[in-house]
Amino acid sequence: MSAGRDVAMIPDARPPLVAMRGISKRFGPVQAVADVDLSVAAGDILGLLGENGAGKTSLMNVLFGTYAADAGTIEVDGRPVAIRSSADALAVGIGMVHQHFELVPRHTVLENLLVGRAGPDGRLTRAAALERLARIGCDYHLELDPDRLVGDLAIGEQQRVEIAKSLVRGARILVLDEPTATLTPREAEGLFRALRSMAARGMGVIFISHKLGEVLALTSRIAVMRHGRMAAERANDGSLSKPELARLMCGRDLAPPEKPAMAPGAPLLVLDRVSARGRVPLRDVSLALREGEIVGIAGVSGNGQRELADLVAGILPPASGTIAVAGRAVPDPSPRRMQALGIGRVPEDRLTTGMIGAMPLSESMALPWIDEPPFSHHGVLDRRAIRAFAAAGIARFDIRTSGPDARTGTLSGGNLQKALLARELARGPRILLAAQPTRGIDVGATEFVHAQFLALRRAGGAVLLVSEDLEELFALSDRIAVMYAGRIVADLPIGEASVERVGLLMAGVEERAA
Amino acid sequence: MIRVRLERREVTPAWLQVAIPIASVLVTLVLCAALVRAAGADVIEAYRILLLSTFRSGYDVQDTLVKAAPLLFTGLAVLVAFRAKFWNIGAEGQLMAGAVAACFVGERTFLPAVSLVPLMIVSAALFGALWALLPALLKVRLKVDDVVTTLLLNFIMLYGVTALLEGPWRDPKSGYPNAPSVRIEAEFPLVPGLGVHLGVALALAAALLVWWMMSRTTLGFRIRAVGHNPAAAAYAGIGVGRVILTAALVSGALAGLAGAGEVGGVRFQVTSDLSSGYGYAGIVVATLAELNPLGAVPAALFFAIVFNGAGTMARATGVPIYLADVIQGVALVTMVAGRLFATYRPRLVRPLAPAPAPGPEATPSPLAGRGGGVAAEGR
Repeated sequence: MSAGRDVAMIPDARPPLVAMRGISKRFGPVQAVADVDLSVAAGDILGLLGENGAGKTSLMNVLFGTYAADAGTIEVDGRPVAIRSSADALAVGIGMVHQHFELVPRHTVLENLLVGRAGPDGRLTRAAALERLARIGCDYHLELDPDRLVGDLAIGEQQRVEIAKSLVRGARILVLDEPTATLTPREAEGLFRALRSMAARGMGVIFISHKLGEVLALTSRIAVMRHGRMAAERANDGSLSKPELARLMCGRDLAPPEKPAMAPGAPLLVLDRVSARGRVPLRDVSLALREGEIVGIAGVSGNGQRELADLVAGILPPASGTIAVAGRAVPDPSPRRMQALGIGRVPEDRLTTGMIGAMPLSESMALPWIDEPPFSHHGVLDRRAIRAFAAAGIARFDIRTSGPDARTGTLSGGNLQKALLARELARGPRILLAAQPTRGIDVGATEFVHAQFLALRRAGGAVLLVSEDLEELFALSDRIAVMYAGRIVADLPIGEASVERVGLLMAGVEERAA
Repeated sequence: MIRVRLERREVTPAWLQVAIPIASVLVTLVLCAALVRAAGADVIEAYRILLLSTFRSGYDVQDTLVKAAPLLFTGLAVLVAFRAKFWNIGAEGQLMAGAVAACFVGERTFLPAVSLVPLMIVSAALFGALWALLPALLKVRLKVDDVVTTLLLNFIMLYGVTALLEGPWRDPKSGYPNAPSVRIEAEFPLVPGLGVHLGVALALAAALLVWWMMSRTTLGFRIRAVGHNPAAAAYAGIGVGRVILTAALVSGALAGLAGAGEVGGVRFQVTSDLSSGYGYAGIVVATLAELNPLGAVPAALFFAIVFNGAGTMARATGVPIYLADVIQGVALVTMVAGRLFATYRPRLVRPLAPAPAPGPEATPSPLAGRGGGVAAEGR
């Protein structure tokens, strides 16, 4: 139990804020968490790493009372506690910020803080909440305007509301599940500042992320889970490196993506001043994607990237402008037509638009081609061919599942993404549309996905990579186009793009015409 | 304190697909036992008559099969629609549309006698399908709620037919508000050896055909895909609206065939009480079958047994015949509730650590001294 030793101010005698001991949790045949110890001392920022399915989320769900552990105990301040619901967790001071916020968009910040608020002395009053919010704001760099509607706030601000919600309820241990997945670099910096000031004031933070760089920069200790067990737990004292963490997570070394220089060839996909309706209307979007090229689309979430991806997928019809594929204008794009023109399409939501959770994996993988041989003949399914196709994809892409008959929804995010890629790459597309292809998936799967993109690029294909992960965009792209408010505000060769420049463009800071 | 809590299942075991309907029927019978008691009858005796009187004689078995046929047709109609998330509550009206078409064709004197039965069947399916197409079009084109439209179209059909029977279509011979009887040649032949009319065999064939369609054809695949996830289906290039319309046509045709069977095999004319709720019972049949076409066969048989046995039970024990309707309703509720266990697993939960003291007051909150505003842990 060395938790206290890393932070000099905390004497060893004091019990950790929270200690989980011998936690085990099994789902049917799967041992999700096996005999795991984890503790967080006051002032600790613990980075919790692991591949998808390593058990991080299950462990945190046990801590937060969502699941009951099969075995093990939890202590808070050295005292055993029974956590059977999120209310229990909050009552002992454990707060959790989920990936998907649990906020009411039509209510103000203050109203969101007051929702469901029950203390020992009855309801929290408005005045008291305002006062606490103000104190939290200045203590932890979490400034919030209490009267604004949550729906009007940027993602980063909404996240601050989520954090404030936990703090107002007296949380001293804060668990954040991939908090930076949807933030701009600047917003992420703000979050880190807030978390550091919380730790400095004696709180404990558990930070779950797949982004090794930020884990190394932020945390004081790093715990790595693998196959449900605690694989390693180290002080983050400068001795750890990204490759080493990756090795601890995957149990093997990861190779950095190899991107040989290539001269781009003929244009494959050309958008010429395309406008389209949508939640964020696209306005005069022009873009060219050439053979042997990966074009990255950067932007803060909700600036038209989703609409651009839907447009290329054929699901969003253009209102004006033209789309041309391989030099030919596509007069009436539809999912079918785009597919037929050799565009592989990997949508942002793997389970809501990509595959069908309730169907067997084999059927999800045959979904776009079900009308064609070998999957069907004259309207009758060839179930053997459907299963064989899935089995081939599972083998080739090393998809971890019980087999082609597994319900699609039971696959983890990384494996779903592999299955989706296997499906979309199977017919040898020239163009691949990939929207947020590595969001929420682990380093091993990410490496694999990136390798597929680079292989397609080497073969003379093109990839349109829509991502909110700048590290990914910079590692893979030949050009980076930045979207802001439904427009492409810059289209930069990778050599002219820097994180700072792209970050400013993403935030809507205009550049003088070059 | 031990509590029961529900946890999401990763996989639904296959045996549950069979166990849940059986269990919900048993729970239904237990719940309804209170009503049997209230009616002053012996529960075991009443249920014995209710469930076993079907098997007393060959005639009773035939009667049950004849009752099961429309239940099977409407059950199949509902499950095809529900698979596509087209909430067709209108099998009752579609059955009636089919019955009207079958009866009208069956009365035509200019048609060759041999063509009557096939024409009745085809026209009943066609009219049932058209009556279902209307709400489906409203849903697909104008996003009008299908539950409301399909339900209300039942009454439009029922009262429209009643108005016809009171007026222009009234049987001139009897003077009753019934349609004239169909020609003798239009009466459905009996299935050799079984003594039940052709409609019963058609219903069974339809169950097999629907099963094949749903699991082995691209149409069934598309219906399932659209029902599970229309967004993913559309993204993959499936025309969601067309699939819903097709499912509605198939659904309405199946319900229309139930009407053909009632006219051609049982009543030989249209009456306003022709259906007696088969369309609504079809929803229960489909639910009990868990939208599985083969499961609809035992589900339809079960309700046919209950409907048939209820009369005998009423005469023998004095329990009102309406118990059959109550069972139908309660079975729907227990089945829907039982489906929960397909997705969630009940678990007994003990506290992780032994509770330190009996009362919640005695459990000091770790934060009590900090004024952090926390609730005591007990509830």
